[in-house]
Amino acid sequence: MTEPSVDRRVGAPRADGAVPDDGIAVEARGLTKRFGDVLALDRVSFDVRHGELFGFIGPDGAGKTTLFRLLVSLFTPDDGESRVLGLDPVNDLWQLRRRVGYMPGRFSLYPDLTVGENLAFYARVFGTTVDAQKATIEPIWRQLEPFAKRRAAALSGGMKQKLALCCALVHAPDILFLDEPTTGVDAVSRGEFWDLLGRLRAGGLTILVSTPYMDEASRCDRVALLQRGRVLRIDKPAAVSAAYPRPLLSVRGGDRLGMLAILRAHPHAASVWPFGASLHFTDDRPGASPAQIARDLTAWLARQDLPAEVEPIAASIEDAFMWDMLHAEVPA
Amino acid sequence: MTSDRHLDGTSPVSGGGGVANRAADHVAHAIDARALTRRFGSFTAVDAITFHVNPGEVFGFLGANGAGKTTAMRMLIGLLAPSDGEAEVAGYSVATESQAIRRNIGYMSQRFSLYDDLTVRENIELFGGIYGLATSEIADRRKALLERLGLASHERDFVKALPLGWKQQLAFSVALLHRPRVVFLDEPTGGVDPITRRRFWEMIYETAAAGTAVLVTTHYLDEAEYCDRLSIMVDGRIAAMGTPDEVKRSAGVSTLDELFLRLTRPGAAA
Amino acid sequence: MTGFSAFHGFLIKEIRHILRDWQTLLILIGLPVAQVILFGYAVRSDVRGIKLAIVEPQPDAATASLRARFEGANTTFHVVGTVPSLDALESHFRDGTVRQAIVLPTEFANRLGRGEQVPVQVVTDGADPNTGGIMEADAMAVLRAWDAGRTGAAPGVRIAVETRMRFNPTLQSVNLFVPGLIAFVLTIVSALMTAITIVREKELGTMEMLLVSPLRPSQIVLGKVAPYIALGFLDVVLVLSAARFVFDVPLRGNLVLLLAESLLYIVTALAMGIVISTSAQSQRVAMMAALAGTMLPTLLISGFIFPISAMPWPLQVVSNVVPARWFIIIVRGIMIKGATFADLWRETLILAGLTTFLLTVGVRRLAVRLG
Repeated sequence: MTEPSVDRRVGAPRADGAVPDDGIAVEARGLTKRFGDVLALDRVSFDVRHGELFGFIGPDGAGKTTLFRLLVSLFTPDDGESRVLGLDPVNDLWQLRRRVGYMPGRFSLYPDLTVGENLAFYARVFGTTVDAQKATIEPIWRQLEPFAKRRAAALSGGMKQKLALCCALVHAPDILFLDEPTTGVDAVSRGEFWDLLGRLRAGGLTILVSTPYMDEASRCDRVALLQRGRVLRIDKPAAVSAAYPRPLLSVRGGDRLGMLAILRAHPHAASVWPFGASLHFTDDRPGASPAQIARDLTAWLARQDLPAEVEPIAASIEDAFMWDMLHAEVPA
Repeated sequence: MTSDRHLDGTSPVSGGGGVANRAADHVAHAIDARALTRRFGSFTAVDAITFHVNPGEVFGFLGANGAGKTTAMRMLIGLLAPSDGEAEVAGYSVATESQAIRRNIGYMSQRFSLYDDLTVRENIELFGGIYGLATSEIADRRKALLERLGLASHERDFVKALPLGWKQQLAFSVALLHRPRVVFLDEPTGGVDPITRRRFWEMIYETAAAGTAVLVTTHYLDEAEYCDRLSIMVDGRIAAMGTPDEVKRSAGVSTLDELFLRLTRPGAAA
Repeated sequence: MTGFSAFHGFLIKEIRHILRDWQTLLILIGLPVAQVILFGYAVRSDVRGIKLAIVEPQPDAATASLRARFEGANTTFHVVGTVPSLDALESHFRDGTVRQAIVLPTEFANRLGRGEQVPVQVVTDGADPNTGGIMEADAMAVLRAWDAGRTGAAPGVRIAVETRMRFNPTLQSVNLFVPGLIAFVLTIVSALMTAITIVREKELGTMEMLLVSPLRPSQIVLGKVAPYIALGFLDVVLVLSAARFVFDVPLRGNLVLLLAESLLYIVTALAMGIVISTSAQSQRVAMMAALAGTMLPTLLISGFIFPISAMPWPLQVVSNVVPARWFIIIVRGIMIKGATFADLWRETLILAGLTTFLLTVGVRRLAVRLG
């Protein structure tokens, strides 16, 4: 964790001691929500500490949006409860709404207002002005300023997301909820967006982000993997990676498709999946030596006229997610 | 990718040099674009792009938002007339034979694929009818399709009740119902879980292996690696084209991420 | 036949879409049926229950007989009372408690007995030229029948009937039209526009952001509504100016009162819009519901064109909760009859009550949360 900055920026503990001693910004216990027959959230529980950049990773239908809407008081849960900054979204919603910055999944901007006008509106609604909050939004505003007079509808996807982030921040909230802020945006813009988030976090702001992109998980302090309304696991990205329960190897060779089929027929193949330019091979023997497996596999492939480079690798979040999808036990 | 999936037995062609081969090809290109251009007023969305896709090839059509991908695709599927240049899809001219094109291609986009308020079966029957298949053909293909996807028991469910992954797989199968020679996939795996994504790509490979040309756009750079060849559009032009290995080598980078960064943010540090 | 099977398949799909969208279906089938019923019943050319007063400066046998005749025609007329002079009816004409008066002369029986031509005046409220003409004709028919059926009468008509149309001597239909038109225009602008703007917010997704902010729902509603108050007011001024200067519609009452009442009605129409928008999920449904829920009643059963008293009583009951009905009475009163607030306080109160109710419902329904 980075050291908190010297000057008090947004989200840092307040002088009046409004922050609970245990340092928990958000807690959820057994949150459950149904829409008709669909169980959108199934007994979701977690904690988020102050100043943490916490990621909720999961595909569409995992329940990310529903969860965020519950936490910012837009829905009430069917079961379970939560606290955000010590406040209850069900009963303390007006207090909570003042202190929360929220960026919903869809573009939440007015397309016919300019960048400057959108920002001014959200500032006013929270009883402040853009000028008063210049310091807070500075890193993002610098990138938006050249477009201040452009209508929001005319912005590119990446720019729209930055504007939406700016609008969520403009009233100096104590906590940020960003629901899929990078969806539909190209890879480079996504990277820039996460750079911005890193800078905000360095200023002490607690940030909860949801995303379907597994590679973004590595930029979070901790992540919760969500699938079909359930939490698969919660941990630091490095720990998720380290907890991968079987040896994992990467296989690179000429004919990927052919090799895929052959590797799947290997006697000890727990799973084989394509991963970009290589294949990921998971061995089903828990304690086996990855280096030895690598050598054996190379030889085995060579015997079938398939030269390949095989090496042990650390599991990525995506590897872990896929393993959990197939093997996670149903919680009691 | 594999060198043995080209029907005419040639090895993968590199770069955009389709012109030299054309006289010798006895199998026409599935998609052939030559200086294809589209302007909107004074703005040039697509600036004289030239490329081709062979039958049975999986071609990745990449580029940042706003780079002109969508416009180019619309021209290729016959929805938008080109301002300049020419292109043929499945042998038909995009400028003059757009009706024929639409009868001979499959199309699936993230935004629209199937009708939510119709059942699985009704969607299949609808599109089968639209593609001009006989009733018995539709019935046969419907059964085979649902078997293969494992959705046979969900025949009478409304599509909106299906999880996203199944919906996308179903939409893809429906786009192939009439066995077109070319299929266009517009970000087919957006937001889908990683396992379903890979199953989807296995379906793409099977399709290509059967001889269908597949043009696919995606934001996932790991999926770009699954393509036989790819192109990256920047500001309306094709900035790089070739097999994944070729484009990485010629730019001197080891990952497509780096290449993408180089091309779309030329000023940024590498 | 490829072409046909494709078409056939497409047709089936369209039919399925329609059948599965029950809300749109309800409006598309329900609306024409409602229209037919409303039009059918509303379009009546006879008027009933005309509030009639008899002016009897000198009651005698003849006046009693005539009065009895009118009392007997109790489907068409409702004799509300007798007064000694026409002046006593001034305020009653203005506030609508009396719509027609039969003015009898002094020494009615005597003069008839002497064989004189006796003048009888029929004074009718012509503010609504449709009904005015009909009422006049009805009264004349009764008088003629009485005259002809008098026992012992000499042949020849003895009553010289003189008719007077109050408020609208030439029965200008534009005078009928304009007050209703103001109501109609305000309804369209206010109800439709508010419905659309609130639903548009929901569709854009910005409603989510607004909800998670210190803005209370009542503030959101007020903010959405206020610009349209100004717009509606502008519309009132424009329509009034057109009426005055292009069509010479009179403005016999107080302009300030008229504008004040218009302001009240604008708020009413906006409140209707809000109630609609809080129920509608899409702009499309909002528009259709606004049409069905506001414009149609305003057009058909508010008394704008078709007289309420001619409608079957279920429709009359319903028309009581159509705000436009009360507003039209107010506007006609002020413009054509020169009525004052004292004449119209009852209608104003009803309108204010309806408005408060609608506003409360609307703000309540604009949820604090998404669901």
